Amino acid sequence: MEKKKEELFVSGHTACAGCGAAIAIREVMKALGPDCIIVNATGCSEIFTSKYPESAWNVPYIHANFENAAPVAAGIAKALEVKGNDHTVVACIAGDGATYDIGWGPLSGSLERNDNVLYICYDNEAYSNTGVQRSGATPFGAWTTTSQVGNKIKGKTEWKKPIADIVAAHSIPYVGVSSMAYPFDVEMKVKKAAGMKGARFILIHSTCTTGWRHKPELTVKIARLAVETGLWKVYEIEDGKEKVNIQPKFTPVEEYFKLQGRFKHLTGNDIAFIQKRINEEWGKK
Amino acid sequence: MLAGMPKKMHKDGEGIMKKTIEGSIGIAQAVRDCEPDVIACYPITPSTHIAEELDRMYTDGEVKSFIAVESEFSAISALVGGSAAGGRTFSTTSSQGLALMHEVLFTAAGMRLPIVMCVANRALSAPLNIWCDQQDSVSERDAGWLQLYCESNQEAVDAIPQAYKVAEKSMLPAMVCVDGFYLTHAVEQMDVPDKKQIAKFLPPYRPPFRLDPKKPLSFGEYAAPEHYQSFREDISKDIDKAKEEIRRANDGWGKITGRRYGNGLWEEYRCNDADYVLVAMGSFAGNAKVAADEMRKDGKKVGVLRIRSFRPFPYELGDVLAGNKGVGVFDRALSLGGVAPLFADVSASLYDSGEKPILSSFVGGLGGRDVTVFHAKNMFGKIMKGKKVSMFIE
Repeated sequence: MEKKKEELFVSGHTACAGCGAAIAIREVMKALGPDCIIVNATGCSEIFTSKYPESAWNVPYIHANFENAAPVAAGIAKALEVKGNDHTVVACIAGDGATYDIGWGPLSGSLERNDNVLYICYDNEAYSNTGVQRSGATPFGAWTTTSQVGNKIKGKTEWKKPIADIVAAHSIPYVGVSSMAYPFDVEMKVKKAAGMKGARFILIHSTCTTGWRHKPELTVKIARLAVETGLWKVYEIEDGKEKVNIQPKFTPVEEYFKLQGRFKHLTGNDIAFIQKRINEEWGKK
Repeated sequence: MLAGMPKKMHKDGEGIMKKTIEGSIGIAQAVRDCEPDVIACYPITPSTHIAEELDRMYTDGEVKSFIAVESEFSAISALVGGSAAGGRTFSTTSSQGLALMHEVLFTAAGMRLPIVMCVANRALSAPLNIWCDQQDSVSERDAGWLQLYCESNQEAVDAIPQAYKVAEKSMLPAMVCVDGFYLTHAVEQMDVPDKKQIAKFLPPYRPPFRLDPKKPLSFGEYAAPEHYQSFREDISKDIDKAKEEIRRANDGWGKITGRRYGNGLWEEYRCNDADYVLVAMGSFAGNAKVAADEMRKDGKKVGVLRIRSFRPFPYELGDVLAGNKGVGVFDRALSLGGVAPLFADVSASLYDSGEKPILSSFVGGLGGRDVTVFHAKNMFGKIMKGKKVSMFIE
């Protein structure tokens, strides 16, 4: 990753030690450069970067509401277009709750209109800001405070929403799926998308130390295991064609689960069930 | 609506362009000539004709943008972005659409974004009803938006440039409220101001702050208890100060077009020597004025006070109402479990007055039920009996 003296997303913010989202945002900002406007949805990233009168942002920044980053960005992009600005990148930074769930309607509308917006979702697979509740992004089996592990039910009983494929079904110019543990891949995707026009979408898998119940020093290791096991596919879709950017090693998924408290209740059968689904998705036996 | 037409034409008639058009079309033309940068709309009856005409203008190259969003929630959100980026912005909506915007209305005001929106007033569900009352915008009275209520389509057309002027001076968003169907769909003669008149009155929008990579600022940060209340105090003081801007805009516009609407905040009609006054908002005031004219012929000393600015509310009008024998307030909205909203504010305006009139509350015209000259006369009749009443008008 090219070194820049000036940080656009500066230290001193109040994210947890080992926060995957903070790493993801720093990677994104290094790739985006200063000629951008950031629209932040309500969530962890907004709370740990923008407590008045301080700000972690050395670029223009706006936070409006939880569910409207996409249309707010669309309005900004339209104002820039009308005023003849064809260079500034308008980028949303939103968590999975804002993207998969509460903001999905406005986001889908924005994608359908092909608004000139780069939408970036850091996906830490729960409503971390409110204390770890299940979202449409929470994976099968995971514990959250609204998919608890009890005597009758053990963790989330539904699969994660395939948001990138749903987004891609809008036939937008670019969809990229990455992981904060692969900064060069994040950089490549953000730069590529920033150089395009129209609706673009990037999804970045990001760990959450408090929500996933893992040690802060394991952030990168765990995020890498998600990719290496094949549980998290790093790919992009351009002109309707999918390209896998990082080939998994197919490390057993148990290696990924065993470092996280949110999966500690999973039985051997549960893990085998999930492993089978991963194998099927990659066309393995 | 006759009473809302200009009493005095412009001295030399310069710039007067009388047209016989639908209210919605006139409003769209006024919006176009204010040259907004970002327009975002979602269809909802009875505001839809305004949106359709703006889209027609966009496809003909007469306005700069028209984002056909997937909901009113996204319409107001796009305007928050467009305004924060330094653009002049516009939307129009009604009823459920305004209710869906509720969350973002507070955000727009709190971020001090001078968005202008035309609300075609309509009842709220349930039961579903597409016809006129003012429950939709009245329910948003605490959001921090200026609210101007119009009596006629001429006033609606005139209120659009005034709303931009006041909003951009005060850095607060503004609603121009027009009674659904009664105004939006009524075809009548009006003088639609031309671009030159508007340009003379409304300078290009130069925002004091905006999203700009050359000068990065953070908008919409969160404020902890030690700061939050200070922001709320600021906006509270500033919306009060906007009263002066509303008066000025009414005067300034009057100098250019010859049309003034009372003092901008309220309009007194035959109130000078009146003993009994009916207070109302919106198109019904026209009927009340006709009723007052007819009753004056019979020697009844009645007048009408029309509230134009509901937010900020001009509590000074208590001085006008004090000394009357009886005052009635007609509300086209409710505050369920409480007194009617306009009545509450008129009561508050009179609390400190020495000579309090007997104050009555009338609620009617809900969900499009007709309130006519006949009903206005009935209300005057009740007020003149000298006993306080609180009732629905049938």
